[in-house]
Amino acid sequence: MSRQRITEAFARAGAEGRGAFVAYLTVGHPTLEGSMAAVDDVIASGADIVELGVPFSDPFADGGTIRGAAYEALKQGVTLKSVLAFAGRVRARHPDTGLVVFSYYNPIVSMGLETFAEVAGNAGIDAVLVVDLPLEERGELLGHLARRGMGFIPLVAPNTPLARVSASEEGLANSFLYIVTVKGITGARSELPGDLSSRLDAIRSVSHLPIAAGFGISTKRQAAEVCRHADGFVAGSALVKCVAEGRKPCLAP
Amino acid sequence: MKTHYGIYGGQYVAETLMAPLKELEAAYAEARRDRGFAEEFEGILRDYVGRESPITEAKRLSAHLGGARILLKREDLNHTGAHKVNNTVGQALLARRMGKRRLIAETGAGMHGVATATVAALFGMPCEIYMGAIDVERQAPNVQRMQMLGATVHAVSEGSATLKDAMNEALRDWVSNCDDTFYVIGTVAGPAPYPEIVRDFQSVIGREARRQCLERYGRLPDEAIACVGGGSNAIGLFAGFIDDPEVRLVGVEAGGRGLATGEHAASINVGRIGVLHGAKTMLLQTDDGNILDTYSVSAGLDYPGVGPEHCHLHDIGRAEYTVITDDEAVAAFDALCRFEGIIPALESSHALAEAMKRAPSLGGDGLILVNLSGRGDKDMENIMRYKASGPHGGNAGI
Repeated sequence: MSRQRITEAFARAGAEGRGAFVAYLTVGHPTLEGSMAAVDDVIASGADIVELGVPFSDPFADGGTIRGAAYEALKQGVTLKSVLAFAGRVRARHPDTGLVVFSYYNPIVSMGLETFAEVAGNAGIDAVLVVDLPLEERGELLGHLARRGMGFIPLVAPNTPLARVSASEEGLANSFLYIVTVKGITGARSELPGDLSSRLDAIRSVSHLPIAAGFGISTKRQAAEVCRHADGFVAGSALVKCVAEGRKPCLAP
Repeated sequence: MKTHYGIYGGQYVAETLMAPLKELEAAYAEARRDRGFAEEFEGILRDYVGRESPITEAKRLSAHLGGARILLKREDLNHTGAHKVNNTVGQALLARRMGKRRLIAETGAGMHGVATATVAALFGMPCEIYMGAIDVERQAPNVQRMQMLGATVHAVSEGSATLKDAMNEALRDWVSNCDDTFYVIGTVAGPAPYPEIVRDFQSVIGREARRQCLERYGRLPDEAIACVGGGSNAIGLFAGFIDDPEVRLVGVEAGGRGLATGEHAASINVGRIGVLHGAKTMLLQTDDGNILDTYSVSAGLDYPGVGPEHCHLHDIGRAEYTVITDDEAVAAFDALCRFEGIIPALESSHALAEAMKRAPSLGGDGLILVNLSGRGDKDMENIMRYKASGPHGGNAGI
């Protein structure tokens, strides 16, 4: 039985009385070596799980910050294959950190589902998140991931009914529910929706997987607020923006 | 509802779009059962769009080629100048029925944008159109038409700055504003139920054409030919003949500067299966699954994917998909202007070029039906520029 690092990360954070910190970075932005430094930095600053973003030519769910990072990475020639090789190096440096591949579906389909699962599993990936793979279509990938002991992270949107939340987490292990805070694309927002707390409470009351909220979280204050109602939070664009500006990835106070 | 076509189609979208897609599915299923909806749709097509569109026999062109008779289904005569309006009328009616107050759309050549801006004006709805920056430049007259009709046009300069990038941006708008916004998709691509909805609204083309052929010639055509970018005019035409196995269905993809140059938009002919804009389909992509920039002289065919039903019709052999280059399309464009006094859209000229290739070998009894999906007024500047840039070379299939 392979390690359940995603489950472990949430358990560890919970035992310490805090929410888990899930950090998204676009791999290859600004370069592969720069990404390795950024991964080291976010882990040193307390990230429990790192989402390794795969650059894609048509990032239709992303805001300007992450799109810009993806285009930069593509210019470096970074592909799903190189992201998975990168993941293997991250795994060797950080044996306990949860590692997630965060991708659009086409690069995975193009590689072949079975090959992808094999290579990702060997690289030490714990779970996979696919932006454009909802409940209706995920079956074919899930089987391949499960055989390699990897989890799958479903997205829950503000307009996802609670019954669908339950269906989304059925049969999943070593995963968490990614609660999308707003209807929209990725990117920092000065204010999170007013009904977010009650929505998180409602989801938490039905879910068996840990829940982490993301989209728009750019400050430690927002993160702390969210973690009063969730098991963790995801920061993406705010960290990628730091990298783009040549700074260590971190959240503003 | 139909969500898959063989192994193609589906709903590969971000979770936030699943609720609006389900809402759309339910609204369309209900509208389809409502005789009143059909009557209003047909009434607008008749009294506003000017349907039915005639079939014109291209007599001088056919005589010149010396073979089968070429028949043109005149979608260019519709209000707004193309088949696109059939679909936008239907989707605007759906939007109104669903209580959505704002329309958005992507557009390539601008014909779908114009058709969406038109129905937005007709129904009194605000309208925003996303169009690749390159297309904004090469189809400037259509940008002006959209603005004249009251729509806001956003030039999208990311990526290849063409149709696929416009669709990315429209999806970003929709995911952010899905509560009050209806996304009017212009082709049979995108997530279910769009391919089926667009097909249904465009099937009026094939239904009319079938009846017109029987009335006028007492028989069905031997071949029904249409150009395929996303494939809405082709699906609309094919829908009328899909159950007539004796009618060969032919889709024509944009060969651009020739397949060997890599500068084309022939997704079915040289693409690989993948997932883009909500559907599993044939895609022009790199070995690593990034989407390739496409090229065609005609902006409306310049798309790296294709409607999932076309991929299925190709797989099961019900339709065949050929390739016509820029040069061949422009030659067909010229021929129709000179022989028939009809200025066709560059998109439709691809279908016509295929018909001109086939006519001589079919014999004088043959009937070839071509969907003349749009008129070419929008293409004047583009054509002049193309011709001014000298000989181009490039043949289909090299």
